[in-house]
Formats: sequence, structure tokens, C-alpha cells
Amino acid sequence: MDGPLAVSALLNRLDVNRESVLVIVDGSLVTGNATVPASATVEIRPVISGGAL
Amino acid sequence: MKCRVCREPAVIDVRRHNAGFCHPCFVKHCSDQVTRTIESYRMFGPEDRILVAVSGGKDSLALWDLLLRLGYRADGLYIGLGIGSYSDESGGYARRFAESRSAHLVEVDLPATFGYDIPTGSAAARRAPCSACGLSKRHLFNSAALEGGYDAVATGHNLDDEAAVLFGNVLRWDMGYLGRQQPVLPGGEGFVRKVKPLVRLGERETAAYCVLEGIDYIVEECPMAEGNRHLGYKNALNEIESTSPGSKAAFLFGFLDRISPLVQPAASAEREGLHPCPGCGSPTVAEVCAFCKLVERASSR
Repeated sequence: MDGPLAVSALLNRLDVNRESVLVIVDGSLVTGNATVPASATVEIRPVISGGAL
Repeated sequence: MKCRVCREPAVIDVRRHNAGFCHPCFVKHCSDQVTRTIESYRMFGPEDRILVAVSGGKDSLALWDLLLRLGYRADGLYIGLGIGSYSDESGGYARRFAESRSAHLVEVDLPATFGYDIPTGSAAARRAPCSACGLSKRHLFNSAALEGGYDAVATGHNLDDEAAVLFGNVLRWDMGYLGRQQPVLPGGEGFVRKVKPLVRLGERETAAYCVLEGIDYIVEECPMAEGNRHLGYKNALNEIESTSPGSKAAFLFGFLDRISPLVQPAASAEREGLHPCPGCGSPTVAEVCAFCKLVERASSR
């Protein structure tokens, strides 16, 4: 990542559907319009589970 | 983005509601949605004893936490399915949660009790792993609740689960399954009531609830579920949801409000043919119930 980037833009760049993940920046949950600093640690956590129901 | 309720900075956006929430207001939102679901579908009352089916994943642990927070008498049920290290790990999450809340966790170990695990049982019965797993869990949820004298079994099925199941049932026009797709399945002879208090929360919300409330859950997907049809339905629905927020909720609750009353007779007709299985006593429409057949096939290998 070259510089600060909005979460939604980051997910678009990675071709990840926002509905299917949470974004955790430096240990904190953030919204889609939050800005991710270039030096941040970002976790994109999948939320879709699907086994036997 | 600001919290819709208090205008403090939001930590989670829920596009379906066109809203953001701060941590405390999001927890209240989840709690309110569950309360509304329990009350509107008359799932259970404050005196009822609830057995929560717990897998160690986000949905079931969020559900158990919310029910305890709301003051319900909720115990957990963990079923060891024998899926290698995944089962070992998921059981650990369930046990640690129970210990942290001083809550009671009932445990059933499938291989130790019935002599098969999901990988071998599904192969023996020539069923898909998720099919053998679902069949085993449904039987054991019911039998454990009956043995323990519980009033209802609560599962962590969320809005995404139910919308995906509905999608699959509609694609096949499976009238029996459509008739049974309800947030509450009433109890009866040999059946404990089954309830789904999370149907108004998406799985992104249950995951966010766990992250915010510090509930440690198994993030990895079950290795046997990889590539299954249900996950494909969820991905398809999320594609629609991303361009049209609220579509999943409209699909599910439109069905429950308008179509479900029309298709319930199909399920009622099936239920009239039930009789006790000679092997285990569980209600079945077949000569021997599907669970006993699975156990027999797995043990004959």
C-alpha cells in the first residue's frame, strides 16, 4: 500500500466483497469509510461460514 | 461515519439499515434484534431452560452470550464431531467461553458415543460430509435436549444462513423444506422446540459482536465445508446485497411473512406420518430413522 487509503477502496482493490468481511485496523474494527494509514496492520477477516445446518 | 444513535464515531456499518453504530450502541442493536425475534415469534420465556448448540464459531458463541446477557437460563451443548484438529480446536473455544461466563456446557463426543466420526460416517453412508454432519447434529441436539429436560434448542442460524437455505430450497422448489423453514419449529412427541433467535442479524454482525465483546471464536472454516453448495449460495446473495443492501432481509422476511403460511401444509402433512424409530425412539417417517441408518452403516465398515 503506497499511502492512506479508504477501507472501501482497499477492499475494491483486493476484489473483496464488503458483505463478506470485517476490517480490523491495528486491532480495532473500522467502518468502510475509515482511512487506513500506510503503516497500519490490517486484518481482513472473513465472516462467511457454511457447513451443516 | 457517526453512530446513528449517539453520534459518536461508528466502528461498524450495517448497510442494510443504512446505519453505523459505536460499540455500546451496536451491542444494544444486537440485543434488541434478538429480543424482538424471541418475542415476535414467541420462542421462549424467561423461565424456560434453553440449550444452545455451540460449535465454537462466532454465531453460536454470540447467541449464547446474548441470551446470558438478556438473563435467559441458557446452557451450551458442544458436539465433538471427530473432524481432526478442527474439532479439537473448536471444542477449546466453546469450553473457554463457558468457563469465562461460569456457564454450563454439555458435551457429547460422536466417535466415543456412536463409534464414527464425520469423515468416516459420511463415506460409509455415501453422504456429503455436511449432510452427515447436519443429520448427526440435529439428532443429537434433540436427544440431548430431551435427556436434559430443556424447553428449547437454540441454534445460531443467522440471516445469511437462512437466506442461503431459502435460496437453495427455492431453486429446487422443495416444498417440504420450504414448509419447515421457520424461526421456530414447534415441539411435539419426541421433538424439542427448535428456535433461531439470530435470524435478524447478519453474520457480519455476529462476527462484529464477537470482535467488539472480546469473544474468541474459531475463525477458520470447517475443512469439510470447503466448496459446498451453501457457501456458493451465500456468495451469490452477497453479490446482490453489495449493490442492493437489504435484499437478503427482504428475501427472507418476505418469504416468512407472505409465502411461508401457504407452504406450511406440506410440512404438516409430512409430520402426520411420523412414528418412533425402533432403534432410538426418535420420530421418523421411515421404517428406521436416518440417524440409526447412518450409525449402522458407519459401524459395518
